[in-house]
Amino acid sequence: MAEKTYLQAISDGLRQEMRRDRRIFVIGEDVGVYGGAFKVTLGFQEEFGPWRVIDSPLSETAIVGGCTGAAIMGLRPVAEMQFADFISCAWDQLVTVAAKQRYRAGTPVPIVVRLPSGGGFSGGPFHSQNPESSFAHIPGLKVVCPATPEDAKGLLVTAIEDPNPVLYFEHKHLYRRIKADVPDDRYTTPFGQARLHREGDDVSVITWGAMVWTADEAAKQLEGDGISVEVLDLRTLVPWDRKGVLESVRKTSKVLVLHEDTHTGGFGGEIAATIAEEAFEDLDAPVKRITAPDTPVPFSPPLEKAFIPQVEDVATGLRELAEY
Amino acid sequence: MASSTSVTDVVMPQMGVSVSEGTITKWLKQEGEEIAADEPLLEISTDKVDTEVPSPGEGVVQQILVQEGETVDVGTRLAVIGPAGAEAPAPEAPAPEAAALEAAAPEAPAAEPAAAEPEPEQEPAAPPPPPEPPPAAAEPATDGAGEKTFVSPVVARIASEHGVDVAQVPGSGRGGRVTKKDIVAFVESGQAAAPAPAAPEAAPEAPPAEAAAPPAEAPAPPVTAPAQPAPPAPPPEAAPAVSAAAGEEIVPMNAMRRGIAEHMRRSLDTAAHVTTVFEIDLSKVVAIRKKLKPEYEESYGVNLTYLAFIARATIEAIKNWPWVNAEIRGEQIVTKRYVNLGIAVALEGGMGLIVPVIKNAEGLNLLGIARGIVDVADRARNKKLTPDDVQGGTFTITNPGGWGAIIGTPIISQPQVAILDVEALVKRPVVVQDTSGQDVIAIRPMMNLCLSYDHRLVDGAYAAQFMKELRENLESFDEGAY
Repeated sequence: MAEKTYLQAISDGLRQEMRRDRRIFVIGEDVGVYGGAFKVTLGFQEEFGPWRVIDSPLSETAIVGGCTGAAIMGLRPVAEMQFADFISCAWDQLVTVAAKQRYRAGTPVPIVVRLPSGGGFSGGPFHSQNPESSFAHIPGLKVVCPATPEDAKGLLVTAIEDPNPVLYFEHKHLYRRIKADVPDDRYTTPFGQARLHREGDDVSVITWGAMVWTADEAAKQLEGDGISVEVLDLRTLVPWDRKGVLESVRKTSKVLVLHEDTHTGGFGGEIAATIAEEAFEDLDAPVKRITAPDTPVPFSPPLEKAFIPQVEDVATGLRELAEY
Repeated sequence: MASSTSVTDVVMPQMGVSVSEGTITKWLKQEGEEIAADEPLLEISTDKVDTEVPSPGEGVVQQILVQEGETVDVGTRLAVIGPAGAEAPAPEAPAPEAAALEAAAPEAPAAEPAAAEPEPEQEPAAPPPPPEPPPAAAEPATDGAGEKTFVSPVVARIASEHGVDVAQVPGSGRGGRVTKKDIVAFVESGQAAAPAPAAPEAAPEAPPAEAAAPPAEAPAPPVTAPAQPAPPAPPPEAAPAVSAAAGEEIVPMNAMRRGIAEHMRRSLDTAAHVTTVFEIDLSKVVAIRKKLKPEYEESYGVNLTYLAFIARATIEAIKNWPWVNAEIRGEQIVTKRYVNLGIAVALEGGMGLIVPVIKNAEGLNLLGIARGIVDVADRARNKKLTPDDVQGGTFTITNPGGWGAIIGTPIISQPQVAILDVEALVKRPVVVQDTSGQDVIAIRPMMNLCLSYDHRLVDGAYAAQFMKELRENLESFDEGAY
C-alpha cells in the first residue's frame, strides 16, 4: 500500500498487467517515445519495447480499428486517445465494428480505450469533453469512469480482463490532484457496483468521475447546517448499479443526479428516468439534475467555471432539495 | 343519469362511510366496447368489500383512466362512457379531459377549464422552472383551513400504509408541505396508531367487519384479565424499504389485505384474547341433517350444512349468555337483544377474508339460517356484497373445519367480544354408556368448537357455561323447536 496519484495508479495498474500478460500492448499517439501526452506510459517503451508500446499515426480510426483486429486475433490491446474528444474519429470502428462483433460473429473484442476526459483547465471545446453518454447508449460497449486512485487501478485491470470493448474515462482534472493509498498487489474492481463515497440520510447525490469530489465538498459544506448528504459514486455507467441507486433513493427519498457532461441526453437522464419508474413511491421531491449546460466547453476560465458544475452550485441544489 | 348522446364519467363510488379509497381489480369492459346502463363495468376492492361497479350510462367505453391494480380516492374519475358510435376520444376533443384527478366537483368546466377556482392541487401557481432559491418562509403560507398542499409519492404511500390522514401531520417542507421525515416522525410518535382512520372511537355503528383470521397466536392462559387498557399500539415500522432479494417476489398489499392486517393487529392490541375448546358429539345433528338435507334441497333449494345447525344452536345459547354478544364501549358494557351473525368467508386462493353479516339472525329458524349462510357466502365470493352487508356484526362464526382443522384460536372481530371457530367433524372412539349403564367405546362424529373471547368482559367460567349450553343444544338438537 502506498499513496499514489490517480495518474500513477493508472500507470502502475497498466504496467502491472503488461508484466503479467504478454498479450497486452498499448497503442496511441505519442504513447511510446514521449510517454503519452499526460505521461501515463512514461518508461513503458523502455521496459516493454516498441512492439508492445506503439506510437501510432494521427488516426483514431486506425488505432481503434487496429486494436479491434488484434483483439479478434487474440491480443489484449489498450488504446489511448490523446484526448477523449478525439474518439469521435473512431466512432465507426468502435460503434459499428467493435461493439457489434460479438453479436454478429461471436468473437469477443477485448479492447480497452483509455480516454483522458473532462475540463477545468481551459482546454476549450476540443480538449475538455465528457462524451460518456454517447457510448453508454451503444449496446456492446462498456463505460467506466473511476473517481479514486484505488478504483482507477482496479477498474483498469477489470477492463483489460473484460472480453468486451471497454471505454475507460480517466478524468484529467483528477490526474495529479487526487492522491490516496493504492494496494500494490493486483486486484480487480467489479463493474456495476457503485461505491458509497459518503453516507447520509437526507439527500442522495448520484454521480461519477470528478463530480464525486465536487459533491463531496458540497456535502461537507452542508454538514454544518445539519443536512446529511449521501454521495454515491457509480464508478461504471455500463453496467450501472441500479440496485445501489434505488436503495439510496429509498433511504433518502430525495435525489440529485450530478454530471459534468452536458444536460440533454446526458446519462443523468437515464438515472432520473429509472428512479421515476422504479422508485416513484419513494420520492419525496422531484429528481434534480445538475449538469453542464448544452453548449461547447468554453475556453475562457470564468466561462468554463460557469459551465462546469461547481461546489456552490451543488450545495445550492442540495439545499433546495433538503428544504423541499 | 346519462342518455346515449352524452358523455358520462364513472367515478370511484363511496362504499360505506369510512371508505376513502378503492382498488380497481378488473375492468369487465375495455375501451371501445359497448355497454348498457347498469351493466357491470368493473370490479373494485375496498377495505370493506369487493364489488362490481355498474355503468352509470349506456354507450361506449371511451376511455379508461385508472388501470387495474391502482388504488384511488373515492370520487376519482375511472372511465368515460361516451355516446354509442362516437369515435375514441380525439386528443383535444370534448372539454372535461384535463382535470383527470379533480374529484367530486361535477359541474362540468365548459370551455376554459383554467379560470374557475384556483384549486391548488399541487404547488402554488408558480412558474414552471424548478423551484428557485426562495426558501421556506417566502411561500404564501398555506395555513390549515382545508388548503391542500402537494403530497409527494412517498408521503402518500406511507400515509396509506399507516392509515394516516396527511392533513393531520404538521409539515416542515416548502410552503408547509408534509415531508417524508414529517410523516415518519408522526407515525413513529404513535399518533397515527390505534384509532382506526375512520371510526371516531366511540361511534357505535359501522364497525369494520372483516374478522376471524385463521389461527395464529397462542391464546393467553385464562388467568386474570389485565385491568388497564393496553399501551398505545407499538409504532408501526417506518417506511419499510422493501427490495426483493434473490428468489423473492414482492407484491403490494391490496386494500383488503391492508384492512385485514390493520384490523387483526388492532384486535390483538385491544382485546384480551382467550380461547376455550369444547368437544361436541354431533350424532344427533348428523342424523337430523341426513334426514332433512334432501328435503331442504328439494323443497327450498338450500344446501343444509352443519354450519347452519351450529349457528342456530349458538344463537339459542346466546340468549342466556348475552355477554358473548356484547361490546365494550368506553367504560360501558353494551349487550344486544339481537344477533347479527358474521360468517367468515375465505376468498379463493387465500386472497382475503370477508365477514358478511346475517342481520337479526335471532329471528331465523334453521332454514332461514341455512339460506342466509348460502346467500352471504355466494355474494361474498361473487363480489356482490354491499357495504351494509359487512357492518354491524355482533358475533362471528368462522369455519376452518371444512379444510380439516381441528383446533384454532381465532382473533375477535372488533368491537365484538367473541368468535366461534367451527372445526372438522371427525369420527372418534369415545367412551359412552350403553343402555345398561356400562362404559363402552363407541364411534361418534365429534367436533371441536373453539370460542375466542375477550377476557376483559367475558370470564373463563362464563365462556365455559355458554359453551356448555351450546354443546347441550347440539347434542340434544330438537328439530321441532328449531
